[in-house]
Amino acid sequence: MLLVVLENDRGSMDEAAREALTFGRGLAAQMGMPLHGALIGADDAEMVSEAGAYGAEAVYTVAHEVLADFGPEAWGEAAAELVRRLGPGAVLAGGSERGNEVMAQAAARLDLPLVANCIGVQPDEGAGEWTMTRQQWGGSLLEDAKLVSELPMMTTGLHAVAAKPSESAVEPVAEAVEVDLDQSLARTMVKDRVVLEAGVTLSTAPVVIGGGRGVGSAEAFAPLEELAAMLGGRVGCSRAVTNNGWRPHSDQVGQTGTRITPEIYIASGISGAIQHWVGAKASKHILAINIDPEANMVVKADWAVIADLHEVIPAITEEIKRRRA
Amino acid sequence: MRILCCVKRVAAPGAKINVTDDGLAVDATHLGFATSPHEECGVEEAVQLTERHGGEVTVLTLGPPEAADQLRYAASVGAHHGVLVATDGSAWDPQRTAAALTEAIQDLEAADGPFDLLVFGNESADSGGFQVGVRVAYALGRPIVNGIKGIEADFESGDGEVRARREIDGGFEVYELPMPAAVGVKEGINLPRYPTMRGRLASKKLEIAEVASEAESGGQSLVRLHRPREAVTETVVLGNGPEAAPAVVDMLEELGVL
Repeated sequence: MLLVVLENDRGSMDEAAREALTFGRGLAAQMGMPLHGALIGADDAEMVSEAGAYGAEAVYTVAHEVLADFGPEAWGEAAAELVRRLGPGAVLAGGSERGNEVMAQAAARLDLPLVANCIGVQPDEGAGEWTMTRQQWGGSLLEDAKLVSELPMMTTGLHAVAAKPSESAVEPVAEAVEVDLDQSLARTMVKDRVVLEAGVTLSTAPVVIGGGRGVGSAEAFAPLEELAAMLGGRVGCSRAVTNNGWRPHSDQVGQTGTRITPEIYIASGISGAIQHWVGAKASKHILAINIDPEANMVVKADWAVIADLHEVIPAITEEIKRRRA
Repeated sequence: MRILCCVKRVAAPGAKINVTDDGLAVDATHLGFATSPHEECGVEEAVQLTERHGGEVTVLTLGPPEAADQLRYAASVGAHHGVLVATDGSAWDPQRTAAALTEAIQDLEAADGPFDLLVFGNESADSGGFQVGVRVAYALGRPIVNGIKGIEADFESGDGEVRARREIDGGFEVYELPMPAAVGVKEGINLPRYPTMRGRLASKKLEIAEVASEAESGGQSLVRLHRPREAVTETVVLGNGPEAAPAVVDMLEELGVL
């Protein structure tokens, strides 16, 4: 079987898990193997069914005291233990932060290679050699890698494949697997969670108004805030902005910040260095506002306004107010 | 308080990133080099921790001889010691890198005692394997959590805990790791300082310990780097100047986000 480790948190499956199932479905078919899923820390009928909707024929659930909340060591050991028990032909997880971390823990424990953030896989034809295409530089560069391993372990690049339910979905067989996990693994379990903001966040906002170096100061973000609030969106920014201390790092869109997926990203005063583009490129549409028509962000955008953002952003806000009046 | 930071020397690209003719490396002819961003913040965090609690920061890197620049940079912002695991500059796979770093840390600890905290970057900016820190921590038996954007530690007691914050959507998680511990940190945990002139001068005198590794290659190897085929977008210019606002709002209406 091809085993997909399904990222989940407090009763809901993560988008990265659906992406991994979608990716794994194609790979499993290519390898002539069934697609199976593993739910660590959860025994939830709804998530089992959801995995089935994405093509999993069987789902293994692992519940244990040390898996009561997320913890990379316990989750990694549980994944490793499932591999030892089930002997899958390949193991896959979504390339989210947790997905990569849990798989790294599992690979370390199994002493096997892990190929992170794959977007293409050419299975072995018997020689034990696989060819993978994986993301470097957050996806700005691709690497063809050779993998020699008794068991290929990999993650899929985040948002590299769009999650799509299977056309031949079945209700999967659910099987609870008992694993013996040492109590000491609880040392890296989440102890507490603090919610700072409810509602729409940068990674879930349908509209993101981004500001770059061209905004000029922390205060000059006020018009961007106003426009974002009107559209039920959020303000994002480039690395130059957080490096200047104008905005908190949690607002940064980019390789070292947040990967956004809004319906529209309005990137204003942002040149579009690859560091930023990596975080912006999964936006469904992009409007660039820049005084430089040759700026990378302008060239890559669907729409552009060649202008000073300090003039255009307030004008857009006024126009929306006028139409709503 | 002894802290060890692992850093990686990476190219510093702007708008474009090119590959060498043999496809085995980033063409850095027109690029500078820097410390991978998460790790630059890791060094800053380690230095701040020792400023608050006393102690020393050792910075460890694996790379070509030029990676000594990154050790000197770390020293210029307050790190105390630098160790280089020298390679021929070729890309080492994650298992081999982790094995070499593990060995280097074991040797350092055998000589001068254990580190209370190992600081890794969450992932390197270039190859982004998301696993070296985890493998090293596992090999050394230390707890590790990735994605850390805040560290508080009770170092005075000597056997205390590291409280670490991990950013999640709309908030953060809190972990309490028994020391000796390890963390994978992310940019945003702090705003790294710039070196002072005095720091720069001091870093020139940093004695770099160079060690060799006989770690064997792991299962993954680089065949070729290439640029992704990107969909060519035909950018529609909605206008020049604030007069473009109505056209922008028309577009927002069409997308249904108004």
